[in-house]
Parts: sequence; structure tokens; C-alpha cells
Amino acid sequence: MNNHAVQVEDLVKKFGNLVAVDKVSFSVSPGEVFGFLGPNGAGKTTTINILCTLLKPTSGQASIGGYDVVRHQSQVRQSIGLVFQDPSLDERLNALQNLRFHAMVYHMPARLRDERIEQMLRMVELWDKRDSEVRTFSGGMKRRLELARGLLHSPKVLFLDEPTLGLDPQTRKHIWEYILGLREREGTTIFLTTHYMEEADKADRIAIIDQGRLVAMDKPERLKAMVGRDIISVKTADDARAAGEIVERYQTNVRRDNGISFEVSCGEEFLPGFIRDFGTRILSISLRHPSLEDVFLKLTGREIREEEVTDTFKATIRQHGRRTRH
Amino acid sequence: MKELIGAYIIWYRDILRFWHDKTRMIGAVTFPLLFLVVFGSGLSARMGTFAPGVDFTRFMFPGVIGMTVLMTSFSAGVGVVWDREFGFLKEVLVAPISRVTVALGKALGSATIAMVQGVVILLFAPLLGIKLSAGTVLELLALMFLLAISMGSMGILLATRIRSMEAFQAVMQMLLFPMVFLSGVFFAVAELPGWMSLLVKVNPATYGVTPLRQVMLGDMAGAFNIEVLGRVMSIWDSVSVMAVFGAAMILLAMWSFGHQE
Ligand SMILES: Nc1ncnc2c1ncn2[C@@H]1O[C@H](COP(=O)(O)OP(=O)(O)O)[C@@H](O)[C@H]1O
Ligand SMILES: [Mg+2]
Repeated sequence: MNNHAVQVEDLVKKFGNLVAVDKVSFSVSPGEVFGFLGPNGAGKTTTINILCTLLKPTSGQASIGGYDVVRHQSQVRQSIGLVFQDPSLDERLNALQNLRFHAMVYHMPARLRDERIEQMLRMVELWDKRDSEVRTFSGGMKRRLELARGLLHSPKVLFLDEPTLGLDPQTRKHIWEYILGLREREGTTIFLTTHYMEEADKADRIAIIDQGRLVAMDKPERLKAMVGRDIISVKTADDARAAGEIVERYQTNVRRDNGISFEVSCGEEFLPGFIRDFGTRILSISLRHPSLEDVFLKLTGREIREEEVTDTFKATIRQHGRRTRH
Repeated sequence: MKELIGAYIIWYRDILRFWHDKTRMIGAVTFPLLFLVVFGSGLSARMGTFAPGVDFTRFMFPGVIGMTVLMTSFSAGVGVVWDREFGFLKEVLVAPISRVTVALGKALGSATIAMVQGVVILLFAPLLGIKLSAGTVLELLALMFLLAISMGSMGILLATRIRSMEAFQAVMQMLLFPMVFLSGVFFAVAELPGWMSLLVKVNPATYGVTPLRQVMLGDMAGAFNIEVLGRVMSIWDSVSVMAVFGAAMILLAMWSFGHQE
């Protein structure tokens, strides 16, 4: 017994020859928002499936609130809520019927049931849609309903597997407001997975997982501090000359890609002087703080391989224009 | 108690979905009724009687009820495959109710839906000129339920093993039609050639359909009895066979549902 909300030790899951989860260990404290970050196929969903009793571990141990996920399945199930990566609503029933079904299989007392259903539906702003069949809902509405359902029975730990996957930016923002609000209001422990780097930033603590292995685990700021410094990118009238000048003046490595980039310790303070004194004509300049993506690339030592990258992931990378590693 | 509520809510959802989908019900009872009315009125006279006092409609009616119950309950297993494909199964499997309970709720759901359709056909009995006493009706309902829960469990067992919708449909057709044809729904079993008669006797559906006919035709059913291992099967004999088969199916379905990867 222990007082961790989630505890995982040397967890391994094999599918035939494939090792989907490879000796993973971590723990999550009550009330924490814990982010599992990694590319597609890293083993995030498999880990959640083991924690929620859908899959049996090949070896190792996992427990929720002290209950072992293999030996105490019923207690584990009662203490967790889930929003799966893929849709899991009954589309032929309406919103209310979906929630009533949930309330009953989770043995919620009848007294509490209707009140709590209304509260949750109002929270995700679907109370007006309660009598509509779920199949008429948009992707974002379905996600919100799943969130309301996952929370209905006041679970100790809420698992969110890519809660914003495939949603438009505005809906994503909205979902995040609910998620962060939850911690305030209900003190729920939240375990979420994502491959959106900028979303993982919102977690209290992050574990980075790649090919089934944990490669790092810490607070986002500390992970980013590990990569170190700020990145300056400049475009100039003569990049070759400018690169020489930077190396000479600041004794730093430069990277030539579409322009020049180099690292400095405190970008904001560095820039004014740099612009004033620089000999080559500057066309454009930008400053970027290290992101979790830089952390990921640094830790795994390579670019995330193309064939494993889904379209959404590619879009995320392109959007941020960070294809800098070779 | 908690588990009972669990089974109830699993069952209730299936009924709710069935209720929303009324075309399914109308479709499922239209064919057997048309079959009885069209063939019954057109062919009865021409085909004469099957046995003294038993014309086409009288012979066919219990068989058609059996067929409807069998097909509906068995094919309701598709709901499990459907739930897996649309993700809802995960919601059920992570809920704090046991897999045994889920399987039981599902089997009862399949059986109930099949019973509703069987009863709709039964209601047409007076229109087809078939008189049934209240006692007979009760006996029929009990037999129908036994058939429905057994075949419903078999459908669910199959659905826990076969994961794609297409494969499930294919296997279902493959099993369903021989089971219906070789159960004596459409012809008297006694006069079949040896090898076919053997298939009929190993077909579990036979023990669901035969007693329905025995109950409905009473004394006149003698011509349609089956003989297994030299024993003329009484209603209770058939019921026992069906009960053993049904129990095996529901236990296997429960076991299979709980089987974790
Ligand atoms: N049921 C399964 N059978 C075989 N392989 C699987 C199964 N589920 C997942 N995998 C494989 O395990 C690896 C991890 O998958 P997953 O946990 O879904 O990754 P993520 O959620 O991080 O994208 C992938 O290579 C995936 O193909
Ligand atoms: Mg996943």
C-alpha cells in the first residue's frame, strides 16, 4: 500500500515480438496533472489500457490508489474515469441516456445521480443538448460529453488519452479550460497523454516516452532548462559572412539551414545589443525559447522518424517550422 | 445486488436501442408472417395435409416461430461486435461490473428481443386460424425463452471471438442457415435420408423447434417426433438437451467475455 494516485513499476507489455511498453516506472501524486508525451506508437495508450484493466501487463506492477490493477480490478475500475483516444459513446442514445447508463454501472446512488448528471452536462455546456442523439453531435461535443461522463462518478484519477486529438484549436482550448478547472474544483488527479508538445506544457509534470521507454520525467520548465538556451534565428543579406561574424564574435556554434540559428543563454537581453552592433544587414530575426520538442529531439537524439508520424503530427511540426535537426 | 443492477442496465440499453430501431423489428417479423400467409393460403389446399389433421399452416406455424426466435437471438450477438467497432464496449469493460454480469445482461437482451418478435408472430395465430389455449401459450413462451437464451448466448460467444463485423456476418450466415434448415422448421424430420437425419439430430436447434411443434399440435404431433439413439424424444427430453446446450453456451460466453489480452 502507498499513497500514490498512480504507481507503475517496471511495467512491460509485449504484443508478440513487439515490446510496446518497456520497463516503465513512474508515480503520480494525488491532485497532480501528469502528462505522458511521446510520438505515435510510443506506448501511451497501451500503458493507459493496462492501468484501466483493459490489458494485462506482461510483467511488472501497476496500482491505482494502492489497488493493484490485476488483483483488485473492481476497486481500480471504481476509482478511475476515462476519456479514451477513440470515441466510446453510444451514438444511438442521447446524451442523457449515455450518462444515465454510466451512472448506473458505476453504482451511483439514485438521489445523487440526476443532480450530478445535470451539473456535469452544464459544465461542458451540453445541458441544452441533453435529449439529442449523440450521432448528431460534432467531434468537439462528443469529446465534451465523454469528459462529462468520465467525471460523472467523481473518480480519484481521470485518464485522458489524447483528449484533444483531431479537434480544432478553439475546441482544444476549451477542453483544456475544463481540464485545468477540474483540478481546482474537484482535486482530481489527471493522467493525460498527448503528442502535442505545447499541450504537455500545461501539465505539472511530464514523462517523455519513446518506443516504449521513458526517456525523461520532470516539470516542463526543468526539462526545457535541460536543453538549455534560447535559440536565435536570423536571415541576413549575406548568410555566409554573417555566420563567420557570429562565430568570431560570440564563440558559438551556428546552424545553417534556411538562414542561421544559434543558441544564447538569455535571448531577450542579448538581442538589442546584437542588432545594434551586427555588421551584416539583418533581414529578419526571431527568438525562440526551447520547447518540449527540442527536449524530445535532444533526448532521443534524432528526428522523429517520418514513417511513424501521422498527418496531425506532421502538421504540428510544420506549423512550428522547427525542422532543424538533421 | 450491484451485479444484478449491472446486468439490468446492460439489458436495458439493448432494449432501448432495439426500441429506437423499429424498422429492424418490422423487418424481422414481416418475412415469417408473409411466408405463413402467402404459402399458407396458396399452398395449403394443394399440398394437402402433413399428417392427419395437420395442414401446411398448422405444421409451419411453430417452426416459423422457432426460426424467428432462433435467428433473432443468435444474430443479436452482432451488437457486441458493433459495440467493439464503435468503441462503446470499452466503456462497458472498464466499468466496475464483472464481465460475467456483462455477458449475462447481453444474453438476456438478445433473448428478450427474440421473445418480443416471437410473441408478435404468436399474436397472429388467431388470424391464421390457429387456436391456442392459455396453458399452451405459457408453455410455448417458456420453450421460446429457452431457445432464445441458448442461441443468444451462442451469438455472444461468437461475437467475443470474432472481432470484425464482416467476419461475424459471414460466420453467422454460415451457421444460421444450416441450423434452421436442419431443424425441422420446413419439413418433417422423420422422413429424411440417413445422413441428413444424423445432421438434424446433432443440430441443437432441433431440440428447440421440435418441442414447440409438440406443444402446439398436441396429440397430432406424433408424426413429427424424432428418435435419438433409439429413444423417441419427449418434450422434456428435448428441453433437457436444449438446457444443457444453453447452459454450456452461456458459461462459455461468460468465460470468453472475461478473457483478457
Ligand atoms: N492490440 C495490439 N496488438 C498488437 N500491437 C499493438 C496492439 N496495441 C498496440 N500495439 C502496438 O504497440 C505500440 C504502442 O501503441 P500505442 O500504445 O497505441 O501507442 P501510442 O498510444 O503512444 O500512440 C505500437 O507499435 C502499436 O502498433
Ligand atoms: Mg495512443
